[in-house]
Amino acid sequence: MKFTLSWLKEHLKTDATIDEVVEAMTLAGLEVEEVENPAEKLSAFSIAKVISAEKHPDADRLKVCQVETHDGTLQIVCGAPNARAGMTVAFAPLGAFIPGLDFSLDKKPRKIRGVESSGMMCSSKELEMGDDHDGIMDLDDKFEMGMPLADALGLNDPVIDFEVTPNRPDWLGVDNIARDLAATGLGKWITPKIKPVKGSFPCTVTIKTDAPDACPVFVGRVIRGVKNGPSPEWLQARLKAIGLRPISTLVDITNLQTYDRARPLHVYDISKLSGTLRARMGKGETFQALDDKEYTCDDTMCVIADDARVLGLGGIMGGTYSGVTEDTTDVLIECAYFDPLTTRKTAKKLGINSDAKYRFERGVDTGFVVGGIEMATQLVLDLCGGEASKVTLAGAVPENPAPIEFDPALNKRLTGFDLSDKKMNSILENLGFGVKIGTPTWTVTVPSHRRDCTMGADLVEEIARINGLHNMVAESLPVPSGRREPLATDLQNKIRKARRALAHQGLSETVTWSFVSREHAKMFDGGYETLVLDNPISSELDCMRPSALIHLLLAGQRSADKGYSGAALFEAGPTYQNPKPDGQTPTIAGIRRMETHRDWQGETAPDAFTAKTDVIATLAAMGAKVDNLQTTTTSGGYWHPSRSGRLQMGPKNILADFGELHPGVLKKLGIEIRVCAFEIWPDGLPPSKKKATKSKGALNISGLMPVHRDFAFIVAENQPADKLLRAVKGADKTLISDVTLFDVYTGKGIEDGHKSLALDVTLSPKTDTLTDKDIEAVSTKIIAQAKKAGAFLRR
Amino acid sequence: MVDIETLKSKYAGEIKAAADLVALDVVRVAALGKKGEVSLQMRTLAQMSPDEKKVMGPALNGLKNELTALIEMRKLTLEEEALNAALASETLDMSLPVSTKTGTLHPVMQVMEEMAVIFADQGFSVAEGPDIEDDFHNFTALNFPPGHPARDMHDTFFLKPDANGEKMVLRTHTSPVQIRTMMNQKPPIRIIVPGRTYRCDSDHTHTPMFHQVEGLVIDKTTHMGHLKGCLMDFVSAFFETDVETRFRPHHFPFTEPSAEMDVRYERVGNEIRIGQGDNWMEILGCGMVHPNVLINCGLDPDEYQGFAFGMGVDRLAMLKYGMPDLRDMFAGDGRWLEHYGFSPLLQANSATGLS
Repeated sequence: MKFTLSWLKEHLKTDATIDEVVEAMTLAGLEVEEVENPAEKLSAFSIAKVISAEKHPDADRLKVCQVETHDGTLQIVCGAPNARAGMTVAFAPLGAFIPGLDFSLDKKPRKIRGVESSGMMCSSKELEMGDDHDGIMDLDDKFEMGMPLADALGLNDPVIDFEVTPNRPDWLGVDNIARDLAATGLGKWITPKIKPVKGSFPCTVTIKTDAPDACPVFVGRVIRGVKNGPSPEWLQARLKAIGLRPISTLVDITNLQTYDRARPLHVYDISKLSGTLRARMGKGETFQALDDKEYTCDDTMCVIADDARVLGLGGIMGGTYSGVTEDTTDVLIECAYFDPLTTRKTAKKLGINSDAKYRFERGVDTGFVVGGIEMATQLVLDLCGGEASKVTLAGAVPENPAPIEFDPALNKRLTGFDLSDKKMNSILENLGFGVKIGTPTWTVTVPSHRRDCTMGADLVEEIARINGLHNMVAESLPVPSGRREPLATDLQNKIRKARRALAHQGLSETVTWSFVSREHAKMFDGGYETLVLDNPISSELDCMRPSALIHLLLAGQRSADKGYSGAALFEAGPTYQNPKPDGQTPTIAGIRRMETHRDWQGETAPDAFTAKTDVIATLAAMGAKVDNLQTTTTSGGYWHPSRSGRLQMGPKNILADFGELHPGVLKKLGIEIRVCAFEIWPDGLPPSKKKATKSKGALNISGLMPVHRDFAFIVAENQPADKLLRAVKGADKTLISDVTLFDVYTGKGIEDGHKSLALDVTLSPKTDTLTDKDIEAVSTKIIAQAKKAGAFLRR
Repeated sequence: MVDIETLKSKYAGEIKAAADLVALDVVRVAALGKKGEVSLQMRTLAQMSPDEKKVMGPALNGLKNELTALIEMRKLTLEEEALNAALASETLDMSLPVSTKTGTLHPVMQVMEEMAVIFADQGFSVAEGPDIEDDFHNFTALNFPPGHPARDMHDTFFLKPDANGEKMVLRTHTSPVQIRTMMNQKPPIRIIVPGRTYRCDSDHTHTPMFHQVEGLVIDKTTHMGHLKGCLMDFVSAFFETDVETRFRPHHFPFTEPSAEMDVRYERVGNEIRIGQGDNWMEILGCGMVHPNVLINCGLDPDEYQGFAFGMGVDRLAMLKYGMPDLRDMFAGDGRWLEHYGFSPLLQANSATGLS
């Protein structure tokens, strides 16, 4: 919402400077976005008088003028056809920046066809004050030479632009801004009362509303014998200052009231009307609106129509057919109330916007329907002449908002700030509320333009706002006494540890989009219809991700494309299985591009086991018993079918997938190199057990020497080594403390399709030194268990 | 009769002259071996008279002990020399490079941890909620009436309509977690809610996904003065310097009264310095929880009250750590992560500091 300082002062008597006005607005909740003073742009320009204008000796279309300026009499060569002696002009001195031309004049006089020229006389277009470029500005002779141009044209008037929050549609009128600022003590609210204009004849147009929900009240009045032309200078200037284009006096009056009182109106040319004018729902008709576009009005939209045709969309935009022109003599003024929701839905459906729609969809003042037409009538009579009919009203003005039973103690309760009853009372009254003091509650009547206030908390906000939140006393939040439980959840702590473990492993944490392209999602076993965005920002980001790997892979490739190979990235974030609240899974995903790292100690490249190391380190950091995990196969189609694995505690507690990604899938992502990766699902881990005591218990160290025994077993080549390791470990749980796989061998001496696994078994006696007999007994058990796992001792 | 002194000087000289352990052993055998000169002399003791024995016995034993000690000393010296010689040849170029590269943690995650620490000191715990929300939790329960223009201020992402024509939304703020918490937990409540949020907007100051931290306090006594104190304490702690703040009235459908908080800042070159200067920058929105929101969650506004706030994590991260462009946050460029990321050894806490 834009308005000028001078406009505000029509409603607010104040000596405040622009800075003070801005400060007061900001502290009252009117958030100022920009202040622009057009005078700043025009500071170089001043009024000058043309003494003489002679034809250029060398050019038919140029004139050589002697011009009296505040820099003395200067010679200026000018191409404008209207330049003449005695003319009052806008003078630009040498070096001045000409906004409309976007360049600065030379700092030294310039010769034009051999004649020296010192400065320039400007057209309105050159000063960005209009479209006229046929000649230089022909200004009123009353302006004195040397006067700043901005002052002469009344442009030394700052324009304030501020954010109107959706609860305060009344701020879309300058009058209501002034009322709030007066309440803060900035000045006195001086808007004159509207005086009704007595009609001299009955309204000749019949008005009805057939849509009591969409248009509960429709007020009209005829004015005969008006003269519609360009509006007076002051009105044009006021509209231009806030970026509106003056059209004609009648239209300009409606725009003035839109911005002065947040009260849109419409004016019809009576000669175009036939029969009754009514507000009703559309019947599929088409009409041409003032934006020169055709709209079809269905039965959810409120239109204004006569017996012949639809004339406009109620509260949104009028039509070209019945609009006023310079030839219009008899008019009907419409002042109605249109339902916010209907207005909003209609405009959304048709993709149409207007100042009227912006106000009606937020809610205009129901108490200013008749007042609005009276104000407009007076302006039309003043500016266009004519004779007004009596006012006719169809429907009924909506009821005033309900009064609020207000307990003044609520202010202290909600804000902690003690204010006297007198102060609270006066703030409310200054804002237009009516206060009837009672005990314990006050009855507060709500003005019709403040339908946002429905309860005590709303009044507390008004009091706090006008008194100033900056004046409210701050108190630190009292911290509960006594012992406090840790505030992070088990899962949050696990993820925090996991992220640190991965960074220690050499991967860098990233954060990437939760959405991916659906095409990519499908490659990663996702892309379900239920997770596709209806209004994506782009087709690259149109589906919720089934895996966090996709963006990591793409990021790694982008880096490689820029010449930085070897990306090692991870992300801890959500993936999505369905749109339900539990359809989102926390995941920790990581990738390492399998690019060779050259080093004097030997070349290295990450592989599937690097990914496994990353996973084991992470799971261990999260508190998982990594020695007890089962290794099985992955199920996702994006994994390498024979170089990937899954770690789980059981079929229902899947913890991680890891290994190489499927090269075919990578290729479709534009990645030619192989990549190893992992996905970890922290919520597959059981919750950390809370123990009764923090004591770690006694450490039981045996003084006896451990004994090592080596075994080599032959197993089928496709059998997981893990199966043998588990079997051997389980052969004697008290004696066997560790089993290390120290060699995997295939080749000479081993039958085809088999491999040899060499194990170092540590036996840790607890009570007595092991005898040969004891060791022999354990060995027998180990070999027996290995046999059950399909392994035979290598001979 | 053998001359002890002659033997002693002969063998002492030979021990000293032994160039290595082998030569030393040859000397040892020649003197003290079974047929060594000293050993042979000791055998002659048996044939000596008691008087002679009395003199020669101790003399020969003394000689034997003395030579044994000299051999042992020479052995240690020779061993040390041999080790030194071996070590001298085991040269390594200690200027050869080694790698200790660890990865970094993302600044957004670091900042969320910092916030959790600061608010934990004030008794807040961390709550979470789903990114895909229904209209009720994201809007209606938060007092955004259906069709209200306030909804326009959130450029909402919708999922495709389901069989009933209902569209789920990507949460436009973390505030739906207020609703989920209040509906499932009895006051007193003190939570912060960090998380991903989404708006259909993309330019150099907006990304379609961003992070917010929501705060919610519900009990029977917390008022707006506490809100002000809580957030003033927060910003100074967060920026790790004294920061002057300004509270201004604003409007949010789910709070009443509502406010925004500004911090004092100045621009020095390309850098923004928080806490000094003449300008104000808005950093968060807040207010007392709207009675309608309490009612929607089954709480009686005559009994319970409290405040809520919400702030943009990515923007606060940029202001504190100087990242110039929001979009780089989510691009995964290794150089950016190395420069703006944090060591995994860093654990923000109030004992040793946030960063």
